[in-house]
Amino acid sequence: MNIKPISSPHVSSSRRVNDIMYKVILALLPALGFGIFLFGWSALFLTMVTVLSALFFEAVCLKLKGGAVESYLRDGSAIVTGLLVAMTLPPYAPWWIGVVGSGLAIILGKHVYGGLGQNLFNPAMLARVALLISFPIEMTTWVNVSPFFTGLDILESFKITFSGVEISDAITGATTLGFVKTGFSQAQLLPDLLSDYSGFLAFIGWERGSLGETSTLLILLGGIWLMRQGIIQWFIPVSLLATVTVLSTLFNLIDSTHYLSAWVHLNSGALMLVAFFIATDYVTSPNTPLGQLIFGTGCGVLIFVIRSWGGYPEGTGFAVLLMNSVTPLIDHYIRPRIYGRTRDGKPIEGG
Amino acid sequence: MFKFLENPKFRGGIHAEEHKAETCDKPIATNLPLPKKLYIPVQQHVGKPAEPIVKVGEHVLKGQLLAYSQGTISAPVHAPSSGVILDVQDFPAPHPSALPIRTIVIETDGQEKWFKYAVPEKPFELDPEEICLRVGGAGVVGLGGAVFPSAVKLNLGRKNQIHTLLINAGECEPYLTCDDLLMQERAVEIVSGIRLMLRGMNAPKAIVGIEDNKSNAFKAMQAASAEFEQIRVVQVPTRYPMGWDRQMLRYLTGNEIPADGRATDIGVVIHNVATAYAVYQAVCLSKPLISRVVTVSGGAVSKPQNVEVPLGTLMSEVLAFCGVENEKLARLIMGGPMMGEVLPHADVPVIKASSGILALSHEDIFEPEVKPCIRCSSCVTACPVGLLPLEMASRIKANKLDAAVDLGLKDCISCGSCSYVCPSNIPLVHYFKFASGELFSRQQREHKAEQTKRLAENRTHRMERIKAEAEEDTRKVMEARAARQAAEAKAQEENA
Repeated sequence: MNIKPISSPHVSSSRRVNDIMYKVILALLPALGFGIFLFGWSALFLTMVTVLSALFFEAVCLKLKGGAVESYLRDGSAIVTGLLVAMTLPPYAPWWIGVVGSGLAIILGKHVYGGLGQNLFNPAMLARVALLISFPIEMTTWVNVSPFFTGLDILESFKITFSGVEISDAITGATTLGFVKTGFSQAQLLPDLLSDYSGFLAFIGWERGSLGETSTLLILLGGIWLMRQGIIQWFIPVSLLATVTVLSTLFNLIDSTHYLSAWVHLNSGALMLVAFFIATDYVTSPNTPLGQLIFGTGCGVLIFVIRSWGGYPEGTGFAVLLMNSVTPLIDHYIRPRIYGRTRDGKPIEGG
Repeated sequence: MFKFLENPKFRGGIHAEEHKAETCDKPIATNLPLPKKLYIPVQQHVGKPAEPIVKVGEHVLKGQLLAYSQGTISAPVHAPSSGVILDVQDFPAPHPSALPIRTIVIETDGQEKWFKYAVPEKPFELDPEEICLRVGGAGVVGLGGAVFPSAVKLNLGRKNQIHTLLINAGECEPYLTCDDLLMQERAVEIVSGIRLMLRGMNAPKAIVGIEDNKSNAFKAMQAASAEFEQIRVVQVPTRYPMGWDRQMLRYLTGNEIPADGRATDIGVVIHNVATAYAVYQAVCLSKPLISRVVTVSGGAVSKPQNVEVPLGTLMSEVLAFCGVENEKLARLIMGGPMMGEVLPHADVPVIKASSGILALSHEDIFEPEVKPCIRCSSCVTACPVGLLPLEMASRIKANKLDAAVDLGLKDCISCGSCSYVCPSNIPLVHYFKFASGELFSRQQREHKAEQTKRLAENRTHRMERIKAEAEEDTRKVMEARAARQAAEAKAQEENA
């Protein structure tokens, strides 16, 4: 009976990194599936290319780094990154956009910092912003809603994704946020600009937009499920969405011709996906409840500011990256109160 | 401000698989065969080791004093059974190191003949000082695992106006049910012990906190304490580490003990429920602490149960009694699985601190590989103290111990909640224990360096002094010689 000495505790919970990642993937699937249904074969091809290239880059980086490759490849983190990159891309984007996006996310966003758990910025958002700045045309060509079997057939879709066929202007348009921003620049005012807008369809996700970002409903369901599973906590999503809601309502009340209502904000762009799946990224968000509230609020403010007064119609990517950069600062200053001590670390008074 | 982010009653914690069902419905086994030899370490408590007063070859009776308490914080040890003192030798301690400790070995004679102590007629009318004296004399120590001499705590309680005695019956560690069973079977005696403790401290009331997964124990304790309105028995949620005395205190009173203070600073004294039973035995029956209830459980034990074990019995004998399957045994632990210590082998004695002997199987301790931290902050959520385990670990990894101390390393209670929840299976507690050890040895090194420096400086001063003195002497001699020569020269001159 010779037993290796080891430290307590001698039991552990069954939850592992893999389980967390696979639950996140599961929570993403409804919104992703709906996106693929909404935009057809091309969306499916793009997703596959993006996820597979994410896995490829991950494997290469792990190999270069030395050490175990397979167990890390199997932890699901590269798949999550790949899926998130794919979901933020325009559905008819060419294959190389997906590959470059995954490469940026995995290599620049993750492994140059030292791999899993070491990165400062959210890999998917880093890739999205880099792609948007580098390839503005490809990244802002929004295809009309064209559900499976009613839109392009598999061959045409294949050509769109893989051989760079010109996408006809007839089947593209602007997203709500983009349309409104362009309208403002032409001195048009809000009620007219949104005359065709359906709040209900936007909530369901029946509108132009990124591959997996359109359905507020399904992302919300996935996010709530993740919360119930204890994978994410409410602090970031709630503070982020509440901040956007409060700010947009306030400005909408002041000037409803220039400021979108909270409902339009909540149902547009990447807001929902960011609130539940991107801003909540463990690695790049603060690790205390108060820190997370500050982080979520900061994201919300920046999103509203960039959307309302910035050059880009959508500001979620920039907002998240900016807040990612202050996360170490938040973590440095915001610490939990220790038992028997005040917030500044002094022992509490007895008696 | 931000109070809403903190549960005022309970922070952090985990809910581990309980594994209490294996043992919580079986009566305490009192039929453990008396071992041929008993190994009684002279130190089974916090403080100074006891000093043996028996000689090799001497015959002792059950309950007879073997080694007496030394100094203010210490506790005596008594003979768990009658027999002959075989030896006072060094024997492996029940500790991960199994380093030898001074141990009294008794060869039992099977007579179980008690040493006669006077039994008080009216124990509940004894003077408080007398109660404390008896508790101290019986070698009662905190049986929750801290093994702090109980009499010291009672005296401290009497000197500081205590408003509440908190009886900790949380027993939040998985597997362990020794306190549960004790309450189920011996609630009346426990309540008597609580009354004696109250009297010993001049305290007005007691609260007994029992985790709500022990409903039988709760009922028994409630029934036993029904006629004493100064004792309130309450249920607390089952959430590890509820049995951390400071956590339970916060849950039941809303107050926290200052980080640099003791429970008495806020008018509370906390004792374990099994300690109350030992106090009853010590005062009412004049029986010293010579046995305890031990939970024997784990995947490698075929008959898991609670056993009343004479102190000094080798764990291997207790395990054999409960049927240990050696081929399944992966790890042997004294205490619970969250905070218990690994034992390198079972040939070590049961001591006052042994609440459990766990023979865990490979399935029990399944340990997947360690992955990098993904900063999920599960550990932050789980920490009952309010620390940042992930940040502390990363500092320690980079050998920045002072930074870890700034983050509150010294406030860590090693409860293991962080390691338990970590999805990457990072041995966080191991890091913290390592760092604490490093800090300790650094302190020692610094102390040593200071001493060396002081000695070196002293030496320099001494040498300088000696040199100066020598120079002074030489100067005096030279002067004397010069004077003499001068005198001689003068004399010659005069003679000439």
